Amino acid sequence: MTINHHLDDATILAYAAGTLDPAISIVVASHIAWCPECRAEVRRAERLGGELVDGLDGELVSENCRERTFASLGTAALHRLPVKTAHPGREELPYPLQRLLGPRGLEALNWKKKVPGISIADIPVSGGKSVLKVMSLAPGIAMPVHGHRGEEITMILKGAYSDEMGRFARGDVADLDEDVEHKPVVEQGETCICLIAEEAPARFKSIFARLLQPYFGI
Amino acid sequence: MVENVGSSPSSGEREHLEHLLKQVAAKRDRECFAALFDYFAPRIKSFMMRKGVSAELAEDLVQETMVAVWTKAALYSAEKGTVSTWIFTIARNRRIDRARRESSAHFTDIDDFDAASDDPASDERLNRAQEDGYVARALAQIPAEQREILILSYVEDVPQSEIAARLKMPLGTVKSRMRLAYKRLKKLLEKVN
Repeated sequence: MTINHHLDDATILAYAAGTLDPAISIVVASHIAWCPECRAEVRRAERLGGELVDGLDGELVSENCRERTFASLGTAALHRLPVKTAHPGREELPYPLQRLLGPRGLEALNWKKKVPGISIADIPVSGGKSVLKVMSLAPGIAMPVHGHRGEEITMILKGAYSDEMGRFARGDVADLDEDVEHKPVVEQGETCICLIAEEAPARFKSIFARLLQPYFGI
Repeated sequence: MVENVGSSPSSGEREHLEHLLKQVAAKRDRECFAALFDYFAPRIKSFMMRKGVSAELAEDLVQETMVAVWTKAALYSAEKGTVSTWIFTIARNRRIDRARRESSAHFTDIDDFDAASDDPASDERLNRAQEDGYVARALAQIPAEQREILILSYVEDVPQSEIAARLKMPLGTVKSRMRLAYKRLKKLLEKVN
């Protein structure tokens, strides 16, 4: 897997600072699980955080807090080394998404066919303003031109599509500015599955509606 | 605003913090842990309180973070950054977990899937730059408006959309300032190496 489309620096910084919505964090974590370059960038951005914490003036900590901490050391279980995937990037789903979905993966979801060739499943995530979903697009399908109102980030899990910005294939992310409009066309031969986080859309602005608009004229 | 970014530990102090953590990992040394607690607990408390958390909750998070430092000490490795960076990521993850307690989405710890083969040469370079206090000095050199956004984001946990609202500027401007700050910092650090 060669990754050609990476995360925006602003997204990397927000992820390292921990200020992204849960749904968006899952897409970012999924991409960095497969992308060594962005992983290194996150590490770099985290160093800034360490530096900023070092520079803070301390706040007096109560004796009680100190005592409670020391009292719980004896019973705290030592952390074991995490299990690493043997071949990162070769598994079907990136680890953070797999962990969220459980062993049945994408099959566990409630898929809904929206129009011929397009199915969507919501992935429940609580907290934050953003929603998470996966979209399955049949080979060769052309999506209508649409913009991205609000924050939206897409990761390609399988297959590929092309649009004005280039070709997006497995592992790539489209971390686009709000004002970008595009018209993705899925490649022939393979279904394209995308993981999408977007700010909870206003009525008729959801990805459904945007996709359905040209079909149903809403 | 935090303007005292220059008060970071000297390279000798950083080495000392690393030594303390290694003693905790290897020997479960409580005296070394106490020294780490005395250095980090007040900073973590302050870090949490700046996010608008009550003093009481901030101390709970100090406890959780420091207990995690104790249990995870063996997972620390110097290639991943300084002890301060490592503890920052633990504190950040505790705070996020706490906020999402009812949520199914736990924050993903990058250590869970970080491959050991990640460009160690560049990592080491950056780490050295950080140890020698270059990062702190580089932070002090970027324009105040860029530093302000970094601090709002990292220290006060303000999402980018809210930074935009607070500073009365479009989200795109906040993002481009973020990018500029980050680029500038990277450039300053490259010069060092």
